[in-house]
Parts: sequence; structure tokens; C-alpha cells
Amino acid sequence: MLEKALHGARRYWGWIALLLLIVIAGFISYLVQLREGLGITGMSRDVSWGLYIANFTFLVGVAASAVMVVLPYYLHNYKQFGKITVLGEFLAVSAVIMSIMFIFVDLGQPSRVFNVIFYPSPSSLLFWDMIVLTVYLILNLLIGWYTLDAEHKEEPVPAWVKPLIILSIPWAISIHTVTAFIYSGLGARAFWLTALLAPRFLASAFASGPALLIIICIIIKKVTRFDPGKEAIQKVAQIVTYAMLINVFFLMVEFFTVYYSKIPEHIAHSDYLLFGLEGHMTLVPYMWVSIILMFISLILLINPGTRKNENILVTACLMVFLSIWIDKGLNLLIPGFTPSPLNEIFKYRPTLPEVLITLGIYAIGFLILTILFKIAIEMKLLAKKQDS
Amino acid sequence: MSMDRRKFLKITGLSLAGLTIQPAFRLFSKPEQKRWAMVINLNACSKKDGCRDCIDACHRLHNVPDLANPKDEVKWIWNAPFERVFGGQGYTTLNEVLKNRSVLVLCNHCENPPCVKVCPTKATWKREDGIVMMDYHRCIGCRYCMAACPYGARSFNWKDPRPSINEINMDFPTRMKGVVEKCNFCEERLAKNLLPACVEACKEKGLIFGDLNATDSDVRKILKSKFSILRKPHLGTEPKVYYIL
Ligand code: SF4
Ligand code: SF4
Repeated sequence: MLEKALHGARRYWGWIALLLLIVIAGFISYLVQLREGLGITGMSRDVSWGLYIANFTFLVGVAASAVMVVLPYYLHNYKQFGKITVLGEFLAVSAVIMSIMFIFVDLGQPSRVFNVIFYPSPSSLLFWDMIVLTVYLILNLLIGWYTLDAEHKEEPVPAWVKPLIILSIPWAISIHTVTAFIYSGLGARAFWLTALLAPRFLASAFASGPALLIIICIIIKKVTRFDPGKEAIQKVAQIVTYAMLINVFFLMVEFFTVYYSKIPEHIAHSDYLLFGLEGHMTLVPYMWVSIILMFISLILLINPGTRKNENILVTACLMVFLSIWIDKGLNLLIPGFTPSPLNEIFKYRPTLPEVLITLGIYAIGFLILTILFKIAIEMKLLAKKQDS
Repeated sequence: MSMDRRKFLKITGLSLAGLTIQPAFRLFSKPEQKRWAMVINLNACSKKDGCRDCIDACHRLHNVPDLANPKDEVKWIWNAPFERVFGGQGYTTLNEVLKNRSVLVLCNHCENPPCVKVCPTKATWKREDGIVMMDYHRCIGCRYCMAACPYGARSFNWKDPRPSINEINMDFPTRMKGVVEKCNFCEERLAKNLLPACVEACKEKGLIFGDLNATDSDVRKILKSKFSILRKPHLGTEPKVYYIL
């Protein structure tokens, strides 16, 4: 099936070339980081995680969200998702690969990464995260590949794939729960010390991941002869709407607890995020942009008139994606570290090499996504042609 | 609790013997387990303003690099304002003398260290005598321990530290870039029955070090007679660095 990725129009190769260029820029920056150390990033003693871990957290959510198309299709036999389920699974594959790469580039001694396996530490959530992410990657690769293959051969999906599909549903929940637990189990960081973090992560994931899927589906519809189907897209849009509603509700619940209880240790972090602390306002504009986008997107999504218009829908989905990327990325991470345990404020700002490495990883992710989607779509078109 | 067969046999054997001949059991078993602790007497400590004797002694001995840029800084023991160490936003009124006092901070060698729990490679672990140790050769540099430490006690080598060490002490290893480090309670000196370097360097006798389990130790005596406070006791980490006001 792989050969399908080797034929394409000029536009296809142009896109691939662009991605490769970004990958090269990122790779060169990574070589510099390997030589110089993580000192070339904006991270510091006080803010010791930054852009890499922020994107890791966000992308685990995108990966987990595949469950939102897998579940209705396989458990409730919702046929309309037949055309896009594989796309959802492949989106998960590329998102998991990206998130694993983000952890990897964040390590100070990457050559020792196997120490996690040589000296397993079940008390560390990072250990569990590695396990659940790896298994999830394998699950989605197997499921995606074999369902496509079956479709190609016009045979039913092999029997052994079925239990894997069922398993992938709770597994998707687990990857994002474990990722939330990395943060929410730390007594040192009042900002993350909330039992709502895992549910919040899931709600935001189920909004941002499917929003991305909608954007991609509409692009595919424009540039290829493949149509994912209006009804399927509308159903996914409903999922985005509900998930976004829950996400915004959860966010308000968090702020209620902090501001009503008035515990200074907790307020300091939220203040830094929402209003600024001791005159430091770094994150404030981003947070308000995120909040405003959340509400505008909700209005556009709830209103059936605007949701059913695909151009407006794409705009709303872009807003959902961007607002959650801010809220669950740097704006989740940095306030956890600010103020520091010694109540100091250190300003974190990603550096150019750090940004290039980040873009490079996204480019690799999109490269994988493009190739997998290309194969999937060609196969589906082929199957249709044979049908008629 | 892992226990190999040999150890198990030894312990059961000794216990059985202990039932019959108590004194013999005493003779063979390990001496009472030590529990190292430090007391910082802020009255003595801040007598000399801007004193850095302990800090310099520690950093020189342990090859801690001297990086001017606070972003890349590595520190094992340092001074911070009382208000920031103990209160943050918690105190609205505070004794003027205390407020401006600088307080010595270092790793607390917590009884329940969150840094140990989170380390995915066991590069950070707690010894039986309570010292929280770092294995620089096993650390993968994920910095999860830095996120978990409620005291900001850990530093990361953002760059190769060697060029920034003023004078390398050949008796102690230097570190490489990409690993975490922190105070080790001078375990290499304790092994030779010496006091930690900072304790020895303090001319005001502001630092008191000893075994918390020994009833006659200096730390036990002073903690019994004076009121002491801990950093963030509500987190349940049970720091073993005590402060006397
Ligand atoms: S003070 Fe921090 S680094 Fe030291 S033992 Fe406690 S948690 Fe670990
Ligand atoms: S940075 Fe090193 S010591 Fe700290 S948690 Fe990671 S592997 Fe363990």
C-alpha cells in the first residue's frame, strides 16, 4: 500500500518539500541543542519546562481524541463515520509520534532515554506515560492499517483486530489521564494540584482533536476527489460543540474554586495567568485571547445556522484549536512554575532554536499524516471505483 | 520492600537468636539507624551581613559552577529573603527584623521526598540514613524532579558546567550538561566522620548538624529546647532542615 504515497500531483510534492525544509531547519537546531545543551532554550532553573512539554501535553490530547470517531463507529455502529474513522486513527498515530518526540527533545541526556526501561520506576507517572503512549501508537497503527487493508481486499476486518479496537477506546482515555496525572499529583505546584485536571484535559482534547479533524476533512474535500461526507462532518462538529461547552464549564469551575476560597498560594498562579502578578503580565493577553476565542467559537458552533455553513464551521474549528492550544499549552505549564517555590517570577520566552525544533516536530507529524492520509484516500477512491 | 534470600535468612536467623540471647542480637545487628538533620539558627546566621562562608565552602568543594546568568544558575545552598522562603503572599504583616533577614536554603532531604517518587529512572533516591541522593550518570534530564520539589532545591545543568568552575576540586566529580544536581548533605564527608562543609565553615556556629535518632546529639538537644519552624510543613514532605528564629 505504501507505493500510493509515491504518486501525486505537483501540489502534493510542493507540500512535502515545504515540510521537509522545516524538518531540516528543526533538525539543524536540534543538533545545536545537542552540542550546547538545553541552555539555548528559554527555560531556566525556575521555569524548567517550556514549549516542548507544552506541545507534548496538547498533542497527547489530539491523539486521545481519535476515540471520538472510533467509539460511535464501532460501538454504536454509526455508519456515517465509516469514511473518516481511519483518518481519525491516523491522526492519532501522527499526534502520538509528535508527542513522544517532544518528550525526547526535552531530555538533557537523550542518549540515556532507555534508562527508563532499564531502571523501571512504577512510582513515576512519566514511566507510565511512556508505556501507555507506546501501546496506543501500536494499537492505532495496527487498527488503521488492517482496516484499510481489509477494505482494499474487500474482506471483513480480521477477527483479531476487533478486540484491539475495543481496547483502544479505554486506552485513549488512559493516555490523557496519565498525562494529566503527571501534573495533578504534584503538591509542589498549587496551580496543577486539582482533581479536575484529568477531566479538563479530556474535555479539551475532545474539542481540539475533532476540530482539527474537521479542518483536515474540509481541506481534503477541497484538494482531492474524496468526500468525507457532510453528515459525518456535522456529527463531528456536534461533538466539538459539546466537548467545548464542557471544557469552558470546567475552566470556570477551576477559577471559582481558586477565587472563592482565596487561598493565597493558589490565587498567585491564577492571578499571574489572568491579571498579572507584581506587574508581570506576560501570559495575560494570551489567556484573554484564548477565553474570547472560546466564547466566540461556542456561539458559532451552538447556532445551527452558522455550524452548518462549512466556511464558518472551519473558522470556528480554528478558533477552538487555537484557544485550546494556548490554554492547554504554555498557559497551563508556565503558571504552574510561576511564581516559583521561592515566590520569584522568572519570565520564560521561547528562543528561536526552540521554536524551530518545535516547528520541525510538527512538520514531521504533518509529513506522516500526509503520507498516511494519502494512502488511505487513494485506497478509498480505488475501492469506490471498483464498486461502480 | 525487596529482600533477597540471603538477607531474609540473615534477619530471621538473627531474630531467632535474638529471642534467646538478646545481648548477642545487639552485637550482630546494625547500630541504630542514623537520620541526618540540620538546624539553622537564624539569630547566629545573620550576625554578619552578607556572609557567604558556608555557600562558598560548599560550592568550592562540590565544583558548583559560577554562572552569572540567573537563567542557567546552579546552586546547592543560597540565601533568599525570609518573606519569600516562608510566606510568599501569606504574610501581610511581619516583624521588621525577620522580614529583611536573609535565610539560608538548601535541599531539605525530605522524609517523604516527592523528587524521589517522580524520577522515572531512580536517578534520585533516598538512603537509609535519610540523605536524598542523585546519580548524575543515570539522570536522563527530564526535570520532573524539579517540577516536584516544593522548595526549588534542584538545579539543572543547562550548559556544560566545567568552563564555569573557578578551580576544580579533583576529589569531587564535576557534572556534565543535561543532568540535575543538588545538595547531598556532604555524604562524602560524613563517610569520613567529618561534618558537612557548610557547617564547618560557619564561624558563628549558626549551622548545627547531627543524627536525629541519637537522643544526645546536638540537633536533638537544640530542637528540644528551642522553637523551630519548617518550610511548607503542610505538604507533608517532612523536611530535615529546621529553622530557629
Ligand atoms: S527538598 Fe526538594 S530536592 Fe530535596 S529532598 Fe525535598 S523534594 Fe527532594
Ligand atoms: S531529571 Fe534526572 S533525577 Fe530528575 S527526575 Fe529526571 S531522571 Fe530523575
